[in-house]
Amino acid sequence: MRGLEHRGLERAEGPIVVAPRRERAGYGELVAVYGRDGEPRLGRILDASDRRAAIQLFSGSAGVSLEDARVEYLGRPLTLRVGEGLLGRVFDGLGRPADGYPDIISSEKRDVNGRPLNPAARRYPRDFIQTGISAIDGMNTLIRGQKLPIFSGNGLPHNRLAAQIVRQARIIPKTEDRAASRGAGELAENQGGTEDESFAIVFAGMGIKNDVARFFIDSFERSGVLSRVVAFLSLADAPTIERLVTPKCALTAAEYLAFERGMHVLVVMTDMTNYCEALREVSAALGEVPSRKGYPGYLYSDLAALYERAGRIEGSPGSITQIPILSMPNDDISHPIPDLTGYITEGQIVLDRELFQKGVYPPVAGLPSLSRLMKDGIGPGMTRDDHRDLASQLFAAYARVRSVRNLAAIIGEEELSPLDKRYLRFGERFEAEFLAQGEDENRSIEQTLDLGWQMLAYLPREELVRLSPTMIEEHLPKNPREKEGGHVSFEGLAPVTRQGGATEA
Amino acid sequence: MSGAPQRAATPLVGRITRVAGPVVVAEGLGAAGLYDLVEVGEARLVGEIIRVDSGGATIQVYEENTGMRPGEPVISLGRPLSALLGPGLLGSIYDGIQRPLVELKAVSGAFLEPGVKGERLDPERSWRFEPALRPGDPVGPGSLVGRVRETELVEHRILAPPDAARGHVAFVAEAGEYRISDVVVRIEPDRDAAGGLRTEIALAQEWPLRRPRPVARRLAPDEPLITGLRVIDVLFPLSKGGAAAVPGGFGTGKTMTQHAIAKWCDADIIVYVGCGERGNEMTDVLVEFPKLVDPRSGRSLMERTILIANTSNMPVAAREVSIYTGITLAEYYRDMGYAVAVMADSTSRWAEALRELSGRLEEMPAEEGFPAYLPSRLAEFYERGGRVETLGGGIGSVSIIGAVSPPGGDFSEPVTQHTKRFIRCFWALDRELANARHYPAISWTDSYSEYAEELGSWWDRVDPDWRKVRVRALELLKREQKLQDIVRLIGPDALPDEQRLVLIVAEMLKAGFLQQSSFDEVDKYCAPTKEVLLLRAIMEFHRRALASIKSGTPLPRIVELPLRERLSRLKSEVPNERPEDIRAVEREIGAAFDELDRLYGKEVLR
Ligand SMILES: Nc1ncnc2c1ncn2[C@@H]1O[C@H](COP(=O)(O)OP(=O)(O)OP(=O)(O)O)[C@@H](O)[C@H]1O
Ligand SMILES: [Mg+2]
Repeated sequence: MRGLEHRGLERAEGPIVVAPRRERAGYGELVAVYGRDGEPRLGRILDASDRRAAIQLFSGSAGVSLEDARVEYLGRPLTLRVGEGLLGRVFDGLGRPADGYPDIISSEKRDVNGRPLNPAARRYPRDFIQTGISAIDGMNTLIRGQKLPIFSGNGLPHNRLAAQIVRQARIIPKTEDRAASRGAGELAENQGGTEDESFAIVFAGMGIKNDVARFFIDSFERSGVLSRVVAFLSLADAPTIERLVTPKCALTAAEYLAFERGMHVLVVMTDMTNYCEALREVSAALGEVPSRKGYPGYLYSDLAALYERAGRIEGSPGSITQIPILSMPNDDISHPIPDLTGYITEGQIVLDRELFQKGVYPPVAGLPSLSRLMKDGIGPGMTRDDHRDLASQLFAAYARVRSVRNLAAIIGEEELSPLDKRYLRFGERFEAEFLAQGEDENRSIEQTLDLGWQMLAYLPREELVRLSPTMIEEHLPKNPREKEGGHVSFEGLAPVTRQGGATEA
Repeated sequence: MSGAPQRAATPLVGRITRVAGPVVVAEGLGAAGLYDLVEVGEARLVGEIIRVDSGGATIQVYEENTGMRPGEPVISLGRPLSALLGPGLLGSIYDGIQRPLVELKAVSGAFLEPGVKGERLDPERSWRFEPALRPGDPVGPGSLVGRVRETELVEHRILAPPDAARGHVAFVAEAGEYRISDVVVRIEPDRDAAGGLRTEIALAQEWPLRRPRPVARRLAPDEPLITGLRVIDVLFPLSKGGAAAVPGGFGTGKTMTQHAIAKWCDADIIVYVGCGERGNEMTDVLVEFPKLVDPRSGRSLMERTILIANTSNMPVAAREVSIYTGITLAEYYRDMGYAVAVMADSTSRWAEALRELSGRLEEMPAEEGFPAYLPSRLAEFYERGGRVETLGGGIGSVSIIGAVSPPGGDFSEPVTQHTKRFIRCFWALDRELANARHYPAISWTDSYSEYAEELGSWWDRVDPDWRKVRVRALELLKREQKLQDIVRLIGPDALPDEQRLVLIVAEMLKAGFLQQSSFDEVDKYCAPTKEVLLLRAIMEFHRRALASIKSGTPLPRIVELPLRERLSRLKSEVPNERPEDIRAVEREIGAAFDELDRLYGKEVLR
């Protein structure tokens, strides 16, 4: 579609250009600005007044001169063409085909900004997704329709973890169905549901290197799901501002597939930090008053507009589960990007550099990781009756390990009480046996939970106050490993916790 | 509608000259007033005039306005942005400007389209009205006019609004079925009454969101809002009409705490404002509350609850008004003589909305980009809480519980700091407790309640032990804190037995009293008697153990007592209806220590 064209600009500065406005240009609508090279640079109108329009270009304004630039007002917001043909395709950061094939065949287009979901139209997510990873399934359960980011750092294996989740994710039937079909062989259904047709993977790459994108595509290919993947790639060499649109395109595709086609869509978005930096760049160019670390005050609302596009809705069987990946600058979880993300998402999987250096894969930090939707997706009928209390006990015990380690660093391990020594031992085993697992190791939820109980056997029974005596009776291994630690004496009962929690060293 | 305000409402048409996101400038609205309601653009989006100057009127648009262009019309409706108050509010879910979300779903589907409209209260529904007045009776602002049973749980009292004329009843409708716009009372104003006041009273009335509803006078907040959470009710109590802040980093439990209070507190009405937070959390309330049963009345909790949901992805300007919508509804029920509790999750998101709009207005920023008027806006909001004598002479209260989401979990930031000036109860959530899954993660070192003093005499009447055990527990926890500083340096071995005992009992307090999981079927709500008894039992253990150590019992013998673990589990084992079971355990404590003292004691100390 060709819109109304005008020649000349009043100002051009970084990604922002100001054009005299002679026609009806609407706020938020799409504009194409042509430089001498005749190439269109897409942008959107940020501020429209009677006389001028401020436009944010998704690429830089380099090559655009004030006199002979042509501005075309397209009179509509940025849209994405949607259809089943999306599956198996690769697009650029603005949603244009990037795999050499033509546009998909469909007359349906969607505004990439989407619309806020009416909270009264949501369905509360409750279905447990088995990822086969103990640190997640046992302690930070992923639920279908959840937004659960991975907080990582440079050099940590977040991509491998995300790929493993995508590879292994399965919905397992509710316990009663499982019992009924026990021994019948294949229990797990594919992550999409009973039919293969009902799942899809949407991948958004923002400012990532080509080899990271390759890694994901290869991994999808190896697990044979490539034909169910839609990828939007705005790689490191693409214009930075383009990244602001990439996740919106991806989520628009996801919403179409989930809510209009009824599929279960897993969305991987990486790296959200690059997205936020692009936002900061635009904000600075606009001369806005910055909030923390130069990021705009609306970073929270902006991120929420993306993350809230996860979930389930009434009237559609589909779902959108989001796994955004972000690298924490300086491994600092209080940096605005992870901080605001954590305030929006339904928990977070935090990767820990210390665990990684100890050789633990996946290095999922025991304490700061959290899944908020876990509470409604586990337990009787869903995973197993003991799941909630077991997880709570493992968290409590591991928290104690942290403080014992701090104490040991000060007074020396030898000086620790026998009980504290047993906590140390528990901590080592927990990290080496429960958290750590192979990149291709796929544990069932039963295996994960049983393993959790085996870890608790390193501790004296009296310590397991978050578990009921009947549960302990039923699940705690009968040949306790507690012998190894020697007899418990009362010494250990004077705990070294501050408010029951761990203290930072 | 006859119940609408009687200010002249001549629509005024202007023209948009600039659109910059949710802030729009228009010309030709010179005669419009500040905070007047406007319909913006061809899509007739809801907006409010927030500034009038020579440059024209600046308008805040409450709906997504992509595609809006200069030149489009703006219509000022000549009245302020208001809430519609009447029967039918309870059980509803509204957005920030009181649009009914369930109805909007029927119109625009799962996604909110700009410009969709819906009736705030069902205009067709009939309500059974019972008059409380007779012709000739005196009537004035706040007078009880009649009653409507809004839900099984709540009687809706139809009151003469604050702007009603003083006079006598000229007409009153008979008992029967009426719709919200039907006039049920007509007032014959006194001869000396001021003009312009309302003389017709319908079942529903409008009230401007940003104006507090007047009261006769403020009363001391000396009655507790019982929440069923032990750490709050016993250690850091809140009054009916009091204000509390719940600050905490992400995932520390603000929402869970507010949900727990909304479920189990002994208020008559709950207004839950989800302000810039997650959609799923509102869905959670919508799904769960109707199924939950109020422990006092046996009715569904949704019958006393109103939800305002302006989630993080909904328009930011509507987020800014959402807390006013919530507090206006709360004041309305307060005026009927009810105890209302308002949850605002999260006031930080509201403050950020203020900041974002202020930035677009190009105002001078103060701390961290927030406008200089942030503290006064916070003060105005919290001041709308309180325990009051209503215009009609009854007693009602609005308690406010505001979540605060400090960036990086750092309480020194402006919103937390300014909020502290206007609240008297501070429930500080601690990241370390949350990480150790100690819930509620309310820190006993950083939290405080200034209401504890005022509430003492109420508790003296209900349970005189409350004062005693409370002070002793707080002291013990404080001592533990100091001892931990030593232990962290030298380990626990160096401490004398008496001090080790403090550490042990503190652990019992944490596990058996302070921790309270929202997922524990028995323990999610703890009745006041049980709250005090549990604490008393643990403190009794401490008293007897200390005496026993002094008289020669070795600490290991005390630690070995199975009672120690029992006390940590009592909270989940003894239901609220069986407090005597805890008394029985207390007797066992006595017996166990009598035995130890007999075995080891040089002398028996009691
Ligand atoms: N009282 C409680 N009992 C059991 N679990 C709790 C309790 N409080 C918090 N939790 C756990 O902590 C998680 C996070 O709590 P919540 O959602 O209330 O945090 P929040 O402070 O509101 O975070 P945010 O600021 O990101 O909204 C919950 O999903 C739940 O798992
Ligand atoms: Mg919350």
